[in-house]
Amino acid sequence: MAIFVDENSWVLVQGLTGEQGRFHAARMRDYGTQVVAGVTPGRGGQQVDGVPVFDSVEEAVGETGANVAVIFVPAPFAADAILEAAGSEVPLIICVTEGIPVHDMARVYAHLGCRSTSRLVGPNCPGVISPGKANVGIIPGSVASPGHVGLVSRSGTLTYQIMEELTHMGIGQSTTVGIGGDPIVGTSFIDCLARFEEDPQTFAVVLIGEIGGEDEEKAAAFIAENVSKPVVAYIAGFTAPAGKRMGHAGAIVSGSKGTASAKAEALRAVGVMVGRNPSEVAGLVAKLPI
Amino acid sequence: MDLLEHQGKELFRKWGLSTPEGRVAVTPAEAEEAARALGPIVAVKAQVRVGGRGKAGGVRVVSGPEEARRAAEAILALTIKEYPVRRVLVEAGVQIASQLYFSILLDRTSKTHLAIASPQGGMDIETVANESPEAITRVHIDPLMGLQTFHVNKLLRRLGVPESSRRSGAHLIRTLYRLYVEADATLVEVNPLALTTGGEVVPLDSKVSLDDSALFRHPELVHYGSDDGMDSQETRAAAQGLHTFVKLDGDIGIVGNGAGLVMSTLDLVDQVGGKAANFLDVGGGADATILSNALQLILADGGTKSVLVNIFGGITRCDLVAEGVLDALGTVEVKVPIVVRLAGTNAAEGRCILGRARHPMLVSAETMLEAAEKAVEATR
Repeated sequence: MAIFVDENSWVLVQGLTGEQGRFHAARMRDYGTQVVAGVTPGRGGQQVDGVPVFDSVEEAVGETGANVAVIFVPAPFAADAILEAAGSEVPLIICVTEGIPVHDMARVYAHLGCRSTSRLVGPNCPGVISPGKANVGIIPGSVASPGHVGLVSRSGTLTYQIMEELTHMGIGQSTTVGIGGDPIVGTSFIDCLARFEEDPQTFAVVLIGEIGGEDEEKAAAFIAENVSKPVVAYIAGFTAPAGKRMGHAGAIVSGSKGTASAKAEALRAVGVMVGRNPSEVAGLVAKLPI
Repeated sequence: MDLLEHQGKELFRKWGLSTPEGRVAVTPAEAEEAARALGPIVAVKAQVRVGGRGKAGGVRVVSGPEEARRAAEAILALTIKEYPVRRVLVEAGVQIASQLYFSILLDRTSKTHLAIASPQGGMDIETVANESPEAITRVHIDPLMGLQTFHVNKLLRRLGVPESSRRSGAHLIRTLYRLYVEADATLVEVNPLALTTGGEVVPLDSKVSLDDSALFRHPELVHYGSDDGMDSQETRAAAQGLHTFVKLDGDIGIVGNGAGLVMSTLDLVDQVGGKAANFLDVGGGADATILSNALQLILADGGTKSVLVNIFGGITRCDLVAEGVLDALGTVEVKVPIVVRLAGTNAAEGRCILGRARHPMLVSAETMLEAAEKAVEATR
């Protein structure tokens, strides 16, 4: 099992002809991921390292049956790339691109919510890896090992750090999902928690959050009602200065809920164990009776 | 990017909204001259990118050019929350009947646009939210549908704008929403928003934040960011392509890749008894030049007693990071220990490069925890 991606994932890479797209597509293939197509408008008919390139997602899906799109196109064009993949009904869209204007994402999110069946992971995320099955995005495969712990995280490198600590202690993972650090992302902690709860391969979940917004608090409320599997959490940013960029109007929306301590408290209150640092998180998982 | 009040008002006017007549002054003499042109009563206001200037004495309403000069003299001598006041806005006085609050922002909880209105303007909106939450109205706006007439009606009603001032109020709300969308703002806030004795709805202040990620399609707005008032180290960091730099008040310089990992490093330093001097995220795929710039920026701060470099290579290659560290060591004189922890892509090669250099100030660490402990130890 595992969630979102596995050995049946056929991946198309939007932006395959770019430097980032090419580099990471090669790494995904080295890991054993089935990369079946690339899309770059105007480059149809070319090949990149043996992978056929198409002018549009529609053609790529029609010719190859790709069922996952991973996006590496530059930020100014990334919202369009997401909408194009959704328009071709690609079931899973993983957007790695960082720096997409937030108004673009507000429109994309509203559109996906009411007019599309596609799931978006990201943007500004490291992607999804189901160890031993598929790696879609930029997570270094070397830190992962197959097993029964599901990871969901707003961070990139911090996730690698915690994966490495788990792997080092002999604790494998079912799937790691990097949901992304932008204000608007397509897939939330809750979406992943629900999937991990249903996934027979996953025995426990590690949730990696950080300051800002109230997604961790919402996740805590969801865990209390819907998650029976043990959850271990880590929150980054206890010592980060508050409200560096936030105007008062922003503070009124999140209130005290944006702080790391409020998030850790909310999670502890529903029985989630919260580690103080990455090593402690791995230690807590090691002690779980799973 | 946060705009100064006078910059935000410039955008208000560009989008078709009237604001009180005003002039920017950088000297008391200029303020005096401005007041002479603007009328008997003027407001003299510090132009800084932080809130709370009123409480800090940065806003004064005065009569006549002579008083305006003295007010400007006092305000230009202020430092508000570490930001020295370099200019004031001198603005014609307005006959205020009541002070309101209005803002539009991106609400990350609902992932949509949110307009906030309150008839209790002129004070800290968070205080209003705590003490009389019923005085605050929130209206969500669908990004695909945009601002609707019923939204405007509800907001005006809750603001308490009388029927006779409806046109003026509706124009203000519609204009600010248009500005918010068209300029890719993440916040447009007016506090206070004045209802004048003449029945006009007039913005007395402005707080506008623009989305940095969208500046590529607004070349005409980029210059607002290159203005004064920013911490010089932070400005330098931005100019050198360093992803995010935030100055803190400790003595351990921190360099890392990825916001989450850097935050986690700051927390760990705190847990083992140290205090970070900064937050520096070099971003994904940093090369030797970026690392060298990052280190030099941190070392230039005389208060730094040790530096902790914590890199987990994904896109970033640790061998290039190591070369960047050596480049910095070769460029500037280093008197404090630099603790380096490398993991992930090409970490072994990176450690090898650093090991060969045998620099007396270089300390290597295997884990994050070990690195944090060594960096803290070095400050003692």
